[in-house]
Amino acid sequence: MPHGGLWPCRLRQSPHAESMALFIEQLVNGLTVGAVYALVALGYTMVYGVMRLINFAHGDFFMIGSYLGFTLVSSALVGGAIPLWAALILITALSMVGVAILGVVVERAAYRPLRRASRLTAVVSAIGVSIFLQNAVMLIWGPRYRAYPSWAVPDVSWQVGGIYINLMQILILAVSFGLMVSLYVFVQRTTVGAAIRATAIDHDTARLMGIDVDQIIRLIFLIGPALGAAAGVLLGLYYRQIHFTVGWTYGLKAFTAAIMGGIGNIPGAMVGGLLLGILEMLGAGYISSAWKDVFVFLILILLLMFRPTGILGERIAEKV
Amino acid sequence: MTEWDGRFSLSSKLRLPLSAVKSLPSKWGISVLIAIGIIFPYLASDYWIDVAVFWGIYVLLGLSLNIIVGEVGLFNMGHSAFFAIGSYTTAILSERFGLSLWLLLPLSGFAAGLAGYVLAKPIIHLRGDYLLIVTIGLNEIIRITLLNNPWGLTGGPNGIIVLDQFRLFGRAVQHPIDFYYLVWVFVAITVFVLVRLQRSRIGRCWNYVREDEIAAQAMGIDTRWAKLLAFTLGAAIAGATGTIFAAKLVVISPESFTFMESVILFTIVILGGMGSIPGVILGSAAMMVLPELLRNFARYRMLFFGLAMVLMMIFRPQGLWPSRRWTTILREGESE
Repeated sequence: MPHGGLWPCRLRQSPHAESMALFIEQLVNGLTVGAVYALVALGYTMVYGVMRLINFAHGDFFMIGSYLGFTLVSSALVGGAIPLWAALILITALSMVGVAILGVVVERAAYRPLRRASRLTAVVSAIGVSIFLQNAVMLIWGPRYRAYPSWAVPDVSWQVGGIYINLMQILILAVSFGLMVSLYVFVQRTTVGAAIRATAIDHDTARLMGIDVDQIIRLIFLIGPALGAAAGVLLGLYYRQIHFTVGWTYGLKAFTAAIMGGIGNIPGAMVGGLLLGILEMLGAGYISSAWKDVFVFLILILLLMFRPTGILGERIAEKV
Repeated sequence: MTEWDGRFSLSSKLRLPLSAVKSLPSKWGISVLIAIGIIFPYLASDYWIDVAVFWGIYVLLGLSLNIIVGEVGLFNMGHSAFFAIGSYTTAILSERFGLSLWLLLPLSGFAAGLAGYVLAKPIIHLRGDYLLIVTIGLNEIIRITLLNNPWGLTGGPNGIIVLDQFRLFGRAVQHPIDFYYLVWVFVAITVFVLVRLQRSRIGRCWNYVREDEIAAQAMGIDTRWAKLLAFTLGAAIAGATGTIFAAKLVVISPESFTFMESVILFTIVILGGMGSIPGVILGSAAMMVLPELLRNFARYRMLFFGLAMVLMMIFRPQGLWPSRRWTTILREGESE
């Protein structure tokens, strides 16, 4: 399978485009994809922050969100009875709810029994969940590519200062920034958010402070997969084509983004996601799309060589 | 073997790892297993012999990764990169220069070991999950590079055809039965060497680094050197296995060396029990033979397989055959 063949980046290169315009256009493309990565990366980073678990199944939550959205979009349910924008909001919300429920079920069934076991044990369990979910999706929706209908989002674009921006890009940026800001405010400003932060620092102490740790973990597995599902629907609408393996391709990128930003750190995941998207699109535009992932991973390795805990990750003092 | 009674007497502490390392089955058990192994191909169909051949290949790969993940505790989730380097070294040199596979086996091991050393050197200081993502990154970089066919060397997505076979006493090792013996002889040699290594000063030093890096450093162990040695050795064994893989598979292409492949190898080590050699053998059986046994379920095969992985972890979180030394130390750690 040629790499990057899944959802090829759509570059609009006009022969007369000035280099500056190309740069900005790639920047906008990068921000769009990066916003999606950031949403998925948040799921990785929140689960890691609270449970120290790399949730390998998280990419599959994203993928399932994408498939749920696809089914809802294509179903007759939304065929004209309500205005398109309302239908899209409804679809995104329903997919988020569906995947959030799945997330809680997975946590209860596959991760909670292993909470006291070694970390790598839980990682293998997560890999098992991932294989299970992928194959379940393959059995339900079939092994072929599925395509979102083209009428779902009108293909409108505007020319702003020499570059083109289309409606879907604006939608992605608006929705994902909206979700990210609300999450940030929720975690930083509310009591429940404080409980999440406390649980991330120390389960036992949090429990002593009267926090129901199980409840917090359940909440994390509601929020993370829901954000992933929103990202899945947005990306499905943007690139149209979906496949049951995209969970791994995008999950890997989002996990990379979470690490780049400093895993466990919520603003870090946002910064990491946006940075990764931009790097990827600049790599695709200026180097070649066949080598863009090599470029991205080289930057990651260089970054970690000099900042071993990511951009916003704190240096944890070693216990002696 | 006597259990450690928890007293902090210096001598018992020092003796503990040496006696506790005997997590291998008894001499009788081993003899019976070897006997079954020798007669197996005369009882099984070619299909199951082939399954056993791939099982053997995965045992070799699992053992090589076990040095890195199990013995030293470095999270390497990009191990198929080194396997790829070994396979491609064999394929390219065999295609261009027609070198014998017997020569290419150590050569591929050397190439992969060298790559392991050079690539790991700048990143070996990274901890846990950061090392994990970097090794995934290396895996992807190498796979994409192979895919993009640099200088026309790797044949892009189609890969390279390896026409040569291992030659022994004037005849090619081609028939599944011959190949079966070849692979499992390699497994036996590797297991023998690794058991010796596990019991040696180096093996204990690796485990020390895994259990407590700072204490190990304080005791004068050059932890960086110990980690690099493990990484290089693991990469080299994976590379040499690449030659066997190339001879068996004939076509070497990038899709054999994906991130998924590395994840499977990682799973083999954890599923079997970290740092346990019999564990690796059982773990690779679970990962390679179980899907074959589930073939009757046809389309639902991988679905059940994913479920089985979760269940195995829930019911045996310490692995299928945990290393005795590992559990002894865990108990000690908990009682603190």
